[in-house]
Amino acid sequence: MAEQTVNDQEGQDSDQQKESLPSQLLQEIAIPILAVFTALVLGAIVIYAAGGNPILAFQGLAEGAFGSKQALSETLVWSSPYIFAGLAVALAFKGGLFNIGAEGQLAAGAIVGAWVGYALPGVLGVNIPTPLHIFLELGLGSLAGFIWGAIPGWLKAKTGGHEVINTIMMNYIALLLSSFLLNGPMKDRSPYNVIAQTPEITASARIPRIFAGYRLHWGVVLALLMAILVWWLLWKTTVGFEIRSVGSNPNASRYAGINITWIMVLTMGLSGLLAGLAGAVEVAGLNYYHTFSFNVGYGFDSIAVALLGKNHPLGVVLAALLFGAMRNGATRMQFLTQVPVDIISVIQALILLFVAADAIVRWVYHVKAPREELVLTRGWGH
Amino acid sequence: MNLGRFAFIVATIAILMLLTIAAAGGSLSPTLVAVSMLATTLQVATPLTLGALSGVFCERAGVVNIAIEGMMLTAAFFGFIFSLYTHSIIIGIIVAVLIGGLLGLFHAVLSVTFHTDQIISGTVINIMAVGITGYLNRQLFFEGNVPHAPGVTPTIHIPLIADIPVIGKIFELQPIAISAIVLVFVTDFVLFHTTWGLRTRSVGEHPRAADTVGISVYFMRYMNVIIGGMIAGLGGAYFTLESVPSFEPMMTNGRGFIALAAMIFGNWTPLGSWAAALLFGAAQALQINAQYFGLPIPSQFVGMLPYLLTMVALTGIVGHTIPPASDGIPYEK
Repeated sequence: MAEQTVNDQEGQDSDQQKESLPSQLLQEIAIPILAVFTALVLGAIVIYAAGGNPILAFQGLAEGAFGSKQALSETLVWSSPYIFAGLAVALAFKGGLFNIGAEGQLAAGAIVGAWVGYALPGVLGVNIPTPLHIFLELGLGSLAGFIWGAIPGWLKAKTGGHEVINTIMMNYIALLLSSFLLNGPMKDRSPYNVIAQTPEITASARIPRIFAGYRLHWGVVLALLMAILVWWLLWKTTVGFEIRSVGSNPNASRYAGINITWIMVLTMGLSGLLAGLAGAVEVAGLNYYHTFSFNVGYGFDSIAVALLGKNHPLGVVLAALLFGAMRNGATRMQFLTQVPVDIISVIQALILLFVAADAIVRWVYHVKAPREELVLTRGWGH
Repeated sequence: MNLGRFAFIVATIAILMLLTIAAAGGSLSPTLVAVSMLATTLQVATPLTLGALSGVFCERAGVVNIAIEGMMLTAAFFGFIFSLYTHSIIIGIIVAVLIGGLLGLFHAVLSVTFHTDQIISGTVINIMAVGITGYLNRQLFFEGNVPHAPGVTPTIHIPLIADIPVIGKIFELQPIAISAIVLVFVTDFVLFHTTWGLRTRSVGEHPRAADTVGISVYFMRYMNVIIGGMIAGLGGAYFTLESVPSFEPMMTNGRGFIALAAMIFGNWTPLGSWAAALLFGAAQALQINAQYFGLPIPSQFVGMLPYLLTMVALTGIVGHTIPPASDGIPYEK
């Protein structure tokens, strides 16, 4: 293993040579687990300080997330957009790019997916058979996400305009565009509808459910397949190698003959594609229409999911399940204890804090520093 | 400031004004429209200007501050809450500034002491701001019995300037807007004409060299990030104590990020950042006035203007910008 040959500055070489694979793995997951634990403790303090009962609150949270078959199904349903969007952010991180634009890419995917779902058969004048219709819906939705992500990628590669600001700007543009479309051309014109939402997608455009009586749909399985696909792409293909090498050292990659512009556009595009898929799947598998409030928050949460999962597809899936469980359980928690669901955002932000600033966690729990520092971003690009 | 960029800013503001005048048609006098447009520009540019100045302080000292948005949102919330319960706008503003400073301190602890990736630690603050303000806001709503807001800061009639016929109206501003303009010049003086400024810039450009001649890199970075936080806090106060007397979740609406872009477009200088902030402010003023004068374009498209202009500004087609050499790089002794 290459990692083991890296010199340790504190002269612990002999210790580390002997380390077995399980203990390495333990070190890898120690920080995320301690981060989650610390965040929950601080969350409990916040709940207590605001006059709530943290034990009852967490009980409600767990009950709402895992208490019944229904709850489990809902937790998986909630996790699905986190898996897609978390993979999106993780993929970009692997390529050395910080995609804060999952929110906008998700909106682009949902808008286009919804349009394909309710309007395309009418426009073409034919009935599209179910598999093809779902394929078109998810395909064009993720294409919209691809384009929405590729634009900041291209701007970064060609002009140096920082992707952090540009993806955020694209978020607001996507939001305003959605607002225009949902209030105007795409608004459901049926007489009983007053809010800004699209008509329902046709029956042929709906992703089937796995068990009768539960909202769990095959889109969740697609999310898991995507995690495997991303892993395969990053570690088993040439393109994946190029993405990772641009991510860890762009200059060396340039000298090695990798087309940096293309890889950056592709990385951001694929990242946007995954986020767009999150939006399209939410429409096709769960809501069957699109409205303004569906995607709010996934963009930022997915950053926490990616970092908590250490930018590894398996880690992302686990982190997404945790976030899905918290979001799902929060409603029951609020119902039982009047602790506002927003406390979940606070806990998630704390998790992100402790994962990102792992030095704090290492300091509190006396955990050894890693041998290899992961470089995530590079200031304004120099 | 680069001449081409200056020309770009002036030309764009002029075009935006002509658009509004044309949209208003013959129904209103062009002078009136222009004056109203400029007055709105100065007002809405306030948080952008303050946000950009916050960025200038932090980044000149070598710390990337992408947390301006979160600092402004948190300060807007706590400033508002304190003004509610003390019934004093002034206390609200002071609290907002202090909260900003506190978040600046937090950002400095993470990025200077713990060497956390600065863009990540900024993102952490932004996400925490949304979570905490949203949580407390809802908690407050649950409890009910919220006192009435004491209102917004009064318009200040500056003698002589405000008495100028016609254009005097442009300068009838509220205190935070006025202090933003004053701070532009103060920041410029501090950065380029004082020892403090020289030290700040030296730890942002070449911390190792600064350390060698006895300047404490950590101290300078801490102080400047805290000052930057306080200025962002004042920018936050604009939203709930000067613009409207209420708080809404996520009400800063990306202004902190646009401020950051203004700072980059202004090439990390106070005067340049101010010019860029006025440009983005003019785009926003057009949006506000478009609704007012009934511009025949959907408001959402006009609303996209500041964001699109930000992206164009960042491409560097109107002049290349150079960040401080050690911006974003943690310093290890």
